[in-house]
This record gives sequence, C-alpha cells and structure tokens, in this order.
Amino acid sequence: MSFLPLHFTVSGYDFTCAGEASSKVKNKLKQLGYDSEAIRRAAIAMYEGEINMVIHGGGGEIFVEVYPDHIDIKMADKGPGIENIEQAMQEGYSTAPANVRALGFGAGMGLPNIKKYTDSLRIESEIGKGTTIYMTVQVNHS
Amino acid sequence: MKIKDIITILNARLLTPQADLEQEVHTACGSDMMSDVLAYVKDQSALITGLTNPQVVRTAEMMDMICIVFVRGKHADDTIVNLATQRNIAVLQTPYSMFTACGMLYEHGLRGGGEKQ
Ligand SMILES: Nc1ncnc2c1ncn2[C@@H]1O[C@H](COP(=O)(O)OP(=O)(O)OP(=O)(O)O)[C@@H](O)[C@H]1O
Ligand SMILES: [Mg+2]
Repeated sequence: MSFLPLHFTVSGYDFTCAGEASSKVKNKLKQLGYDSEAIRRAAIAMYEGEINMVIHGGGGEIFVEVYPDHIDIKMADKGPGIENIEQAMQEGYSTAPANVRALGFGAGMGLPNIKKYTDSLRIESEIGKGTTIYMTVQVNHS
Repeated sequence: MKIKDIITILNARLLTPQADLEQEVHTACGSDMMSDVLAYVKDQSALITGLTNPQVVRTAEMMDMICIVFVRGKHADDTIVNLATQRNIAVLQTPYSMFTACGMLYEHGLRGGGEKQ
C-alpha cells in the first residue's frame, strides 16, 4: 500500500517552535483532502505529543506515515522516561513545573487527550532512556 | 454571532487587520490551560484567554478555531500576530477581564461547546 512518509526533528529548547511539525502535518493532510474531523483528531493528538516531547522529553523525532485509510504517528525522545505510564495516563496527573504551567500546559490532559482522539495508542518508556509513543488515527471516508 | 459582533460587544481592538470579520463564531471557550481547550473538538470556536504565547495560536489552529481574544488588554507580540495572520485567525484584544468578557459574550447568546449537559 502506498503511503507518504514525513519526518521531523523537534527541538527540546525552543518552546516557541513547538507545534510546528503538527502544523505542517495538518496542512499536508488538508492538501491531500482528508476528512476534517480526522485531520483535527490527528493534529490535536500529534500536537499534544509534540508539546510533551518539548516540555518533558527534551526534544526528539517524529515519523508520520499517511495512508489512505489511516495515519500512523511515532514520536520518540531520549528524555527521562515515564516511571508509571498508567498514572501518567490519568486526567489531571502532571509533573510539569511552574514555568511550564505559566505557559498554559501542565493540566495533565495531554495523554488522556491523545487517547481520546486516536484509535490506537501505545507508549514505550524506559527511565533514563526515553519515551516512544505510537498512535494511529483511522480515516473514515464519507 | 460574527467576529465583528465580538469586537463590538467586548470593545475590542483587532490586531490582525486582514481577518474576515463576517465569519460566524458558533461556540467559545475561555481558558488559560491549553490542554483543557484541546479536550473538546468542536467547530468554529473562539478562544478567550489571558495567556499570550505562540502556543495559544497553535492550539487554536489545531482546533480549527477562527478567533482568539486576549483579555485584560494583554499585549500580543509580532510572533503571535504573524502566526495568527498566516493561519487566518483573527486576534482581538479586550480591556475586560476573563470573567467579564465571557459573561458579556454569554449574555449576547454565545455558548460553550462540547459541554456535558
Ligand atoms: N515524553 C515524555 N517524557 C517524559 N515524561 C512524560 C512524557 N510525556 C508525558 N510525560 C509525563 O506524563 C505526565 C502526564 O502527561 P500529560 O501530557 O497527560 O500532561 P502534562 O503534559 O503534564 O500536562 P498537559 O498535557 O495538560 O499540558 C507529564 O506530566 C509527565 O510527567
Ligand atoms: Mg502534555
């Protein structure tokens, strides 16, 4: 099956640019004429992941594969890792420091939002090694 | 209501002159936590916030929102205005506080989106 591969490197220092990769993917999906609801779900999930990479993971790499009926997103960082994934998935759980909260993040809603907007989500994380998130958004053709 | 109505109601200043003020705003959301905003997928909304950083524009973009209102006359820098202009998002600045701005829009019939009834 044919697909479009996209690759992005996300800086761990530049909060201003955080979300640029998600914005590019969103535009690409719009150009390709994908269903707007699917685009929004993929964009929000990827954006939450991208923000997490910047504020918790110290930056990393994103690989997106766009298929006719689904979008695969893999986000990998070499940050501190997540100790308890089940806990991290809970609404309201956040370890974000005050400076991050002052920027409007740290509600502990990012991972729950990703779960809500994707059709499958898998998180692999090892303390001291990093975190990789795999997500898939199905595209319904109307 | 339309974006131009929001400008009138909130006595707001338009920071993105190219914006199409005839666009309809169906629902609005007032928050300073971006992930809270991202928790509800809803079309054509306006975001009312006291935060002024580029992630506010990105959040609005991901949500397909068409209007951002900065409360308490908060200053939005060029990065924010340019980012919003590129994405066809209207940026307004109102002297009112978050509570008052939301209340005034509500009074004029604007409602929140995606709320559990
Ligand atoms: N890539 C990551 N690397 C290390 N820790 C992470 C990573 N992503 C998430 N976490 C941990 O999981 C917690 C919950 O993440 P989640 O995205 O749900 O909330 P948040 O980022 O703290 O706040 P919000 O997303 O609402 O702005 C984080 O506070 C952090 O402790
Ligand atoms: Mg997060």
